Amino acid sequence: MNIAEEPVVLRVTNVTKSYAGVTALANASFDLRAGEVHALVGENGAGKSTLIKILTAAVEYDGGEIALNGAALPRLTPRQARTLGIAAIYQQPALFDQLTVAENIALGTENAGPLSRINWRQRRERAVELLARVGAHIDPDSDVCDLGMAQQQLVEIARALGANARILILDEPTASLSKDDADNLLRVVRELRADGVAMIYISHRLEELFHIANRVTVLRDGCTIATLDMCDVSRNQLIRLMVGRELTSVFPKRVVPLGAPVLELQHVGCRASGVSDVSFSVRAGEIVGLSGLVGAGRTELARIIFGLTPADEGQIAVNGAKVRILSPTSAIAHGIAYVPEDRRRHGVVLQMSVTENISLAALRELARNGSLDVNREHDIAVEYSRRLGVRTASLRSLVATLSGGNQQKVALGRWLVTKPKLLVLDEPTQGIDVGAKSEIHSLMMDLAEQGMAILMISSELPEILGMSDRIVVMHDGTVADVLDRSEATQERLLARALQRETREFTSFFAAANER
Amino acid sequence: MSALLSRMSRRHAREAPPTAALGIVLIAMGVVAPSFFSAGNLRDLALNNVAVMIVALGMTLVVLTGEIDISVGSQFAVCSVAAGMLAKAGVPIMLVPVFVLALGVLMGALNGLLIGMLGLPSIIVTLAMMVAWRDTLRWTTDGAWIQDLPANFQWFGMSPEAAQLMIMAVGVALATSGAWALRHLALGRRVYAVGADAEAARLAGIDPRMVKFGVFATTGMLVSIGAMLNAVRFSTVPSNAGIGFELQAVAAVVVGGTAITGGRGTILGTVIGVALLGAIGTALTYVGIGPFWVKAIQGLIILAALGGDALFTRLARRAHLPARAVVAH
Repeated sequence: MNIAEEPVVLRVTNVTKSYAGVTALANASFDLRAGEVHALVGENGAGKSTLIKILTAAVEYDGGEIALNGAALPRLTPRQARTLGIAAIYQQPALFDQLTVAENIALGTENAGPLSRINWRQRRERAVELLARVGAHIDPDSDVCDLGMAQQQLVEIARALGANARILILDEPTASLSKDDADNLLRVVRELRADGVAMIYISHRLEELFHIANRVTVLRDGCTIATLDMCDVSRNQLIRLMVGRELTSVFPKRVVPLGAPVLELQHVGCRASGVSDVSFSVRAGEIVGLSGLVGAGRTELARIIFGLTPADEGQIAVNGAKVRILSPTSAIAHGIAYVPEDRRRHGVVLQMSVTENISLAALRELARNGSLDVNREHDIAVEYSRRLGVRTASLRSLVATLSGGNQQKVALGRWLVTKPKLLVLDEPTQGIDVGAKSEIHSLMMDLAEQGMAILMISSELPEILGMSDRIVVMHDGTVADVLDRSEATQERLLARALQRETREFTSFFAAANER
Repeated sequence: MSALLSRMSRRHAREAPPTAALGIVLIAMGVVAPSFFSAGNLRDLALNNVAVMIVALGMTLVVLTGEIDISVGSQFAVCSVAAGMLAKAGVPIMLVPVFVLALGVLMGALNGLLIGMLGLPSIIVTLAMMVAWRDTLRWTTDGAWIQDLPANFQWFGMSPEAAQLMIMAVGVALATSGAWALRHLALGRRVYAVGADAEAARLAGIDPRMVKFGVFATTGMLVSIGAMLNAVRFSTVPSNAGIGFELQAVAAVVVGGTAITGGRGTILGTVIGVALLGAIGTALTYVGIGPFWVKAIQGLIILAALGGDALFTRLARRAHLPARAVVAH
């Protein structure tokens, strides 16, 4: 079958989208032909998720055009998108746990009024029929919560087919599946393709794409970089296209003499959060970048270090002394500070003032016999907001009224008050404007110069490369590699982050092809 | 001066509506029934509401952390009856409050344990406790009032005037020290932080479980003080004491401008809330509206307070402009 001759079912032209001034999609274009599997690849934050959300009408797009079967689409509601035959399957199935398989399928496919009677027999038969189409041997009367992840995904696909989906979006469908389950899912994908269903397939498992996809579109920084036939491209070419960005911004990196190790991890793990056998150290004055794909266990590791999900394996030493960190309070007592990802939710208390936020982690020091020293609190708020350049109408303003960059400065300022020895930053500049970003980078450099050890999680490769002395690449809950600043490149980091998947699938497909 | 006023008005924006409402009620009474302001009536008004106010102080803390305690009425009854029984059993009248206080703290701590430590939903835990304490009491007393109390039970054996003065003084002292503590103790700041965003508070090294445990235990203690001060006003202790107190306390807190979702509100607001609801109750009687209507009208006021708050929040959100680019001074 020659895909180039098939009709275009979906065409996305120059679509743009920004969230609160931060560009998520700058210029995304691609087309999807009937009966093809079209891979969508890109780094974290390249805009893949945003594009999917736009196609399923979960979010509105700002500009550009989307055409279905040649006709431009108006703005849709999620329900209309489904009716038009667009369905998305996510890595985490979105089914109703407490309902049966047949009921779940019916919810997406039956179109009955609120008072019409349910034909249970027909509902069940329809479920059996749809499940057979995806090759799933699942009892339609079983509760969804009793099914495994792979089976739930098949139920979702069956439901989408039941709703006459002609365009199926698969977002990392194999990421949490075992090899056999992934194999089965890929078989279903091939069968659906033969039936003429067009599929957008997102995966970090590049080898998988070479075996399943007809074409690939590379997104980078919210722009379409290229659309290529899968057989014309090599793995290394793909990686180059995904990262192939110059280091556009200048990072204020200075060489700082390193001191003694502040944090040492030895075989640290936590079963509950899927992290295991993590070993590395951070020295005074050093900035260690923690790189890896979303879901590789970086935030989970930060939460272990801060005592939010205490480690149950291995050893943690702070300043050379073995410690057990069982709660944030004990982490703070050991001089560890943590600025979490997604500051709008938990990095600051939005309904409290700038002053109250800055003093929140240091209440113990500010209180004499329990009574707050309000004057000192004010002085500290003035000092740190000036040092960090927090732009606010007043220190009494609620943090909710500040811009994202200034909220992040407040979140940072709160921890500087506690004079930590180790600062753990989780995506410190995500979603903030360029100016505030470089201010935060300079501040990090100043802190390192003063001897603070910094562990920085970032999905932005230039930031990791620009700021870190050493880079720890995580994959699947453990350390995949530790690279020195001098030996790290974007290609190498991404290749490391993707590496293990590749190895598994290479051997798997080698075996499959022999058969 | 105007800057000070605008700062005052911004800081106390949430207390403004009930204060205005209280002002309107008082002015209306001044016109319609000036005898409302007789010393005797004002004293009765204060004495009748001091217990509710003390309970409402605790409720303020609970609601500030985003929880609720509807077992306060039953706790109040248990403490009242316990006070009577202890006195009747010959415990010296000056030791009775000590035991009652301990009992209140224990009951509050039990709530705190289940809600703070085990993370159970407060509405269900305290609903269960409300029924459990009430029925335990019914079973213990057979519904009978505690009578034949020692002569020194009423008014602690003091002259009525002195005792009344003392009761009001305790109420004022608790309210002012509570207001001060919420503003000036690190503990108070933790209460607000937990109510505004428990996860953010946890990430700042505050233990929301301990804070919640603390506010429930404190509420138990305040309930026992309120119950004690209320019981000694009479020569018998009714076994149905404190019926409906949970509603009155929650009402005063909400009417006083504390957000039911937690994180915002003040003791001052609650005191104004108690005064408003108390004044309206008496005022309605004064103008000849039956007592059955009083509850209905109080209910409407609660709805108005909640609705007004929701509207206020929505308007405030709409007016959320990005901060002006002024570097903090």
